[in-house]
Amino acid sequence: MSVLVDEVMKLSPPPSDQKASSKDFQSDQDVRWCPGCGDYSILAQTQRVMPDLGIPRHRMVFVSGIGCSSRFPYYMNTYGFHSIHGRATAIASGLKMARPELSMWVVTGDGDGLSIGGNHMIHLLRRNLDINVLLFNNQIYGLTKGQYSPTSEKGKITKSTPFGSIDYPFNPAALALGSSATFVARTLDRDPKHMQAIIKRAAEHKGTSFVEVYQNCNVFNDGAFFQFTEKDTKDDTAVYLEHGKPLTFGKEKDKGIRLNGFSPEVVSLKDGKWSVNDLLVHNEKDTTLSFILADMTYKAGLPRPIGIFLAIDRPVYEQEMVRQIAFAQEKRGDGDMVKLLNSGDTWTVQ
Amino acid sequence: MAEKTIQNLEEVTIRFAGDSGDGMQLTGTQFTNTTAILGNDLSTLPDYPAEIRAPAGTLFGVSGFQIHFGSTEINTPGDQCDVLVAMNAAALKVNLGSLIDGGTIIANSDGFNDKNLKLAGYASNPLTDGSLQKYHLHSVDITKLTGLAIQDMNLSSKLVDRSKNFFALGMMYWMYNRPMESTIDWIEKKFGNKPEIKEANLRVLKAGWNFSETTEIFAVRYEVGPAKLAPGKYRNITGNQALAWGLIAASKKAKLDLFLGSYPITPASDILHELSVYKHFGVKTFQAEDEIAGVTSALGASFGGALGVTTTSGPGVALKTEAIGLAVMVELPLIIVNVQRGGPSTGLPTKTEQADLLQSLYGRNGEAPVPIIAAATPADCFETAFEASRIALKYMTPIFCLSDGYLGNGSEPWLIPDYNALPEIAPKFRTEKEGFFPYSRDEQTLSRPWAIPGTPGLEHRIGGLEKQHITGNVNYEPLNHEFMIKMRAEKIERIANEIPLAKVEGDSQGDLLVVGWGGTYGSIKSAVAHHRQKGNSVSHLHLRWLNPMPRNVGEILYKFKHILIPELNLGQLVKVLRAKYLVPAVGLNKIQGLPFKSIEIESKIEEILRGSK
Repeated sequence: MSVLVDEVMKLSPPPSDQKASSKDFQSDQDVRWCPGCGDYSILAQTQRVMPDLGIPRHRMVFVSGIGCSSRFPYYMNTYGFHSIHGRATAIASGLKMARPELSMWVVTGDGDGLSIGGNHMIHLLRRNLDINVLLFNNQIYGLTKGQYSPTSEKGKITKSTPFGSIDYPFNPAALALGSSATFVARTLDRDPKHMQAIIKRAAEHKGTSFVEVYQNCNVFNDGAFFQFTEKDTKDDTAVYLEHGKPLTFGKEKDKGIRLNGFSPEVVSLKDGKWSVNDLLVHNEKDTTLSFILADMTYKAGLPRPIGIFLAIDRPVYEQEMVRQIAFAQEKRGDGDMVKLLNSGDTWTVQ
Repeated sequence: MAEKTIQNLEEVTIRFAGDSGDGMQLTGTQFTNTTAILGNDLSTLPDYPAEIRAPAGTLFGVSGFQIHFGSTEINTPGDQCDVLVAMNAAALKVNLGSLIDGGTIIANSDGFNDKNLKLAGYASNPLTDGSLQKYHLHSVDITKLTGLAIQDMNLSSKLVDRSKNFFALGMMYWMYNRPMESTIDWIEKKFGNKPEIKEANLRVLKAGWNFSETTEIFAVRYEVGPAKLAPGKYRNITGNQALAWGLIAASKKAKLDLFLGSYPITPASDILHELSVYKHFGVKTFQAEDEIAGVTSALGASFGGALGVTTTSGPGVALKTEAIGLAVMVELPLIIVNVQRGGPSTGLPTKTEQADLLQSLYGRNGEAPVPIIAAATPADCFETAFEASRIALKYMTPIFCLSDGYLGNGSEPWLIPDYNALPEIAPKFRTEKEGFFPYSRDEQTLSRPWAIPGTPGLEHRIGGLEKQHITGNVNYEPLNHEFMIKMRAEKIERIANEIPLAKVEGDSQGDLLVVGWGGTYGSIKSAVAHHRQKGNSVSHLHLRWLNPMPRNVGEILYKFKHILIPELNLGQLVKVLRAKYLVPAVGLNKIQGLPFKSIEIESKIEEILRGSK
């Protein structure tokens, strides 16, 4: 670690008795999202969770790309980098490798993260740096005023698809799991308690945490997720994943998911045929199960899984980098510039 | 045994040529290292195809290595070669044109069988049909002799075939009276755990030597004495290696971590390879998923207080363009190394060119000035990379560090610098809370403070949107935008305060000034020297700094009747100088994937001088 950076890190004030509040995490900038935007909620929950993490503000960095989601850093009173479209994951990776001790957050959207940013996203996930990715999925391009996105449903009529989109959408959770992600979760802008819990778990996870947030864009794609968030429908359309608990849903928890072979199917717990013991029990550590659950996402007749699909451990990239350097220094001694310059076959001219 | 006469030579150029996969680069590199240790001045030109191992015997598969060495000052790899070692017919076909009349050919006769002749497009065997009469032709069955040297080892014919380059090397070592110790040491180390191959190569090397000594075909042996280099300690070094070391040296001086975000690309990959070995220097190398991740990860690292570097060639710079613009906006240090190659598009990956100057100057959207410094010789890459880092850190800016394939792969003796005497690089991280604004300016350099994440009390946000002066808040106001555009331009202009004034080699005024940049330095220097020896009024100006330029360039240009700018492109610096100084400079443009021959520039100078009489 650079001597100069070491000196800066030593400047940290000792942790005070008074815990930071969510207000401390609010920057002085006026928030400019449209009234009614789901981003306000995500911002609020994030600011509410940050004090609980025990990490000082000045050691946190929020890196974003381009999009409504990516205005996020301006509103957080931490270090922030509003970068270029799709590249936040790469910038954050470089920053994390240079400064492994920082708490790194990437804020992105379905366009920024999965369209132009798709490549950097999958590589971040496979490398498993300790970075938290918050992907605001509103299934539309909001900032550029209403084009479809890689998560928009097929047939969607938008400014650039007046005859309906012919694109098949990405399943973000499946994409992340397919990239060997170690932490994949889904939450909702309109469920503050759930979102807080997920953000906290993401922060605690050592490795890349991929959090898909269903976010309502009330101007260009209003209601995209209402079936999962609104009182009269959510109980029947969403199933909450809880580690060690069977998958049940419905207002009276009278429906469940069981595996028929490898396929999840909905069964009633009321008609005497099936009991709670026949149901699929969620296991955050089971990668095979996580794929099955993610696959439920766009299947008709199945509820939408919400919660943590997978939370496993794999070596963390920047720590491996640090270890290699330490190993090299142990083996060869700290690099000596004078020795290096004078190495190899040399000769002297008198 | 007849006495061999020994002839002293001031300089000689040898070209080794064969199939790619025949070990010509290895042979050339070994000969170069030995020659360097002997104290000769030298310059090299590896010349190989883009493909890994083209079909044997084909014209497009020919790989060559040219070395020009001597007891005099050597500035170029040689316009023509004096000796051509041709391992097969294709190698002869491709390279005969660069052999001087009366030059020496050493041909491996086994590589001139019917199949090879056909592939090379020869109707008859040039070794026997008299067509090579004007040369000193030595036809030697190197393959057979190699086989004989190791026949009792019962090695496969493939292994025999692979060692024949050492036979040729041994022959050349004898012919130019070079000791073989360095190569012997190298073979013993490299094949330490493959005793059979080690033994075979050693035997073949010595067999080549012995053959030359014993045989009647070589009547003369040559001596090329050490050059009068400035006193000091030397080593031979390639441009890419020198560049890598310059970056490490800069990071150590600055007490920063070096972070390289890079992606393999010819001819820059070797810098990534070289830096990845120096983990004990704390160097972090990251082979990113693509060029864009390479540059953006480096920029992220700079945000965190590292010395962020990305290395690439022309096509990579094209991909990195948006990110470089972001670096301009967020005003963070970022070194972008472009080892230029033939373009456009995929172009000629293993051939040299210098056609990315305008890309470096103007490649971004909007007004996005980026300083540019270009290396002149392989060894100069060290100082160029060091200086690029120093300026990037002092002015909080991205910077282009230009090299090219010829410099990157070429080598020359390098007077090893005293690390402790290198210029100071002393970046400071901002820590004081009082009066901190992300976009306040240093009075002298106009650079903004470097407040890295992890510093308590300085939490702020940066980004690609236009910034308000001082506060750094996002701001779209018309006058602020114009102010910031001009401010960023002015900051880059102020780098001229640091740049040494341009120096003319020759007279400060006269008939003709030849101006160059980048790797054409040696060829231009050589050409101008020849004209000055004849008493002509010709001088040479070499520019390392292309943006900004030294403050006195204009006044230098105005003192000459004619200005000639040889470039390996269609005319880029010539456009810049014409526009900036309103001078009627003319270009000499060669875009063949090869460096200038000294004679090409000499002829053009001759033409201009004659025309102006």
